Amino acid sequence: MSEEMWELRLYVAGQTAKSMTALTNLKTYCEKHLKGRYRLEIIDLLQHPQLAEGDQILAIPTLVRKMPAPIRRVIGDLSNHERVLVGLDLRAIDPS
Amino acid sequence: MSNQSLPRITPFSQLPKALTGIEGLDEITEGGLPLGRPTLVCGSAGCGKTLLGIEFLVRGILDYDEPGVLMAFEETAAELSANVTSLGFDLPQLVADKKLRLDHVHIDRAEIDETGEYDLEGLFIRLGYAIDTIGAKRVVLDTIESLFSGFSNEAVLRSEIRRLFRWLKDKGVTTVITAERGEGTLTRQGLEEYVSDCVILLDNRVIDQVTTRRLRIVKYRGSTHGTNEYPYIITEDGISVLPVTSLKLEHTVSNEIISTGVADLDAMFQRGGLYQGSSGLITGTAGTAKTTLAASFALEACRRGERCLYFAFEESPAQLLRNMATVGLDLQPFVENGQLRIEASRPTLNGLERHLVTIHRLIGQFRPQTVIIDPISNLISVGSISEVRSMLTRLVDFLKVKGINALFTALVSSSRGQQEMADEGISSLVDTWIHVRDLEGVGERNRGISILKARGMAHSNQVREFVVTEQGIRLLDVLVGPTGIITGASRLAQHIQEQARQIATKQEAERRDRGLERKRRVLEATIANLRTEFESVEEELRRVNSEEQQRHDVQTEERRHLGHNFSVRPPAASNGSGA
Repeated sequence: MSEEMWELRLYVAGQTAKSMTALTNLKTYCEKHLKGRYRLEIIDLLQHPQLAEGDQILAIPTLVRKMPAPIRRVIGDLSNHERVLVGLDLRAIDPS
Repeated sequence: MSNQSLPRITPFSQLPKALTGIEGLDEITEGGLPLGRPTLVCGSAGCGKTLLGIEFLVRGILDYDEPGVLMAFEETAAELSANVTSLGFDLPQLVADKKLRLDHVHIDRAEIDETGEYDLEGLFIRLGYAIDTIGAKRVVLDTIESLFSGFSNEAVLRSEIRRLFRWLKDKGVTTVITAERGEGTLTRQGLEEYVSDCVILLDNRVIDQVTTRRLRIVKYRGSTHGTNEYPYIITEDGISVLPVTSLKLEHTVSNEIISTGVADLDAMFQRGGLYQGSSGLITGTAGTAKTTLAASFALEACRRGERCLYFAFEESPAQLLRNMATVGLDLQPFVENGQLRIEASRPTLNGLERHLVTIHRLIGQFRPQTVIIDPISNLISVGSISEVRSMLTRLVDFLKVKGINALFTALVSSSRGQQEMADEGISSLVDTWIHVRDLEGVGERNRGISILKARGMAHSNQVREFVVTEQGIRLLDVLVGPTGIITGASRLAQHIQEQARQIATKQEAERRDRGLERKRRVLEATIANLRTEFESVEEELRRVNSEEQQRHDVQTEERRHLGHNFSVRPPAASNGSGA
């Protein structure tokens, strides 16, 4: 499982403060826990509103873990370290 | 934020409204929901909130060409489509026509982890996108409260919901938001705080084992509206709200006269019948031939060539036909040629409203000129008096507006029958009120009929006895005795008494004649006696006279003889022979 490629998708709406915070936080986690085996896609719903329905996006920002299955969703600016790790199930593969 | 909560001042004297297309709702809202504003529809489970929302959208698309968006938080698009297929709403087709967008919002607490600050911009974007792609004018958010189960940060949610309603308003879409009824509040989450324009409350009550749904407009800012609780039902064609007070009293009237089917009864009305399009009521105690009168009316309507719809709440069609055939009312041919339709059902089968809707629907399908409901009083077993009253008011109004001749029968208890009908308020609704009753006399019951009221024409004030013969109903001539009108056996007794009196009078006259005769004879006898007496007196006198004369003659003779003797002396013997 640890060899698996992670596919992450971050939904934002414009360059809001929350979105920017979320992005910064996310990059930190990924670099720390998933270095080299993640793919991050950032979707700005202001430009692609049609994509919101497909991933059942309500809250902004929302991070969706597409891979590995099952799909998991984390909302908010990712500032709560603990909850992000639990939410994305990152702890299991935490090397530390 | 602060300036957003200020109400917008509209230059319109009346708020612009969007017609919902839902039967009856537009009447009580006086033109529909507030245009471009959110409306909150709240109610407990099973009230038809979602259905109301969907119908609002579908009618908007079909009737007013206003595309709509349905954002469903509870059911998926497929489920919703399946649920309303039975109502004839083809949602997938509308979606394919780009008139409707269904967006199912899936919320599962387990799948959402909150990790910091967030807002619901995603919902706005989704909704905005859905609205913009089809140019939607109407939006339904089906139970937005589900959000509360998905997100734990209530403060954020509340401010976002407030922002959402504001945003919808600015978008200019007419929105229906459904919400679950809360304990002691209109909605579980207090959404009514945010929707200040129009709040509609749906209610589902079970009274005496009969479910009645009611709709009430709790609030409608900037507009007048019906304030009552209006029963509504979910029919095969969607929601049907049944307002009455908003129906206007401005139906046209006819001057034509139609027969009641009983010629003698017609004659009791000054104009020889009832006005066309009027409604009549026959009240009476049990077994006073109400149904027979109603059937006569139906038969007469059929003979006029009209279509007649007969609602029987007591008898099956076959039973009714058989029974009426025995009194010479042959309805069978008219049933066969389709002029007469008998709808029999148990009153307790449905709630009152459903009865009313059934009646409405059948009238809509059959298009009768005459409608008979026999008896309306049976419906009372279904609801309370006040419910029945409002239902009947609506029904009578409906029939009048349509110009349909209506005849209702009602069973009343003998003691306070008229009071009862007045209680139900139906007496003030109908134009003609005929009362049939038992006239109980010496050891028997007879039937009497009288007209209590007939709007717009003079009528007889008599209580007429009537009989149900093999040729239908026949009214008997009025026979007024010293103690009131006379019926049945008393009628016979009266007849005999009268004959006896006549004979007595005759005999009396004869007796008087005989008395006179006798007197005459007595007098004649007396006259004869007197005459005899007179004759004897006369005879006596005559005799005396003649003796006198004789004596005088004798004297004269003697005197002459004496004188003669004086010269020639007669013998002495001759002295004794005279005087």
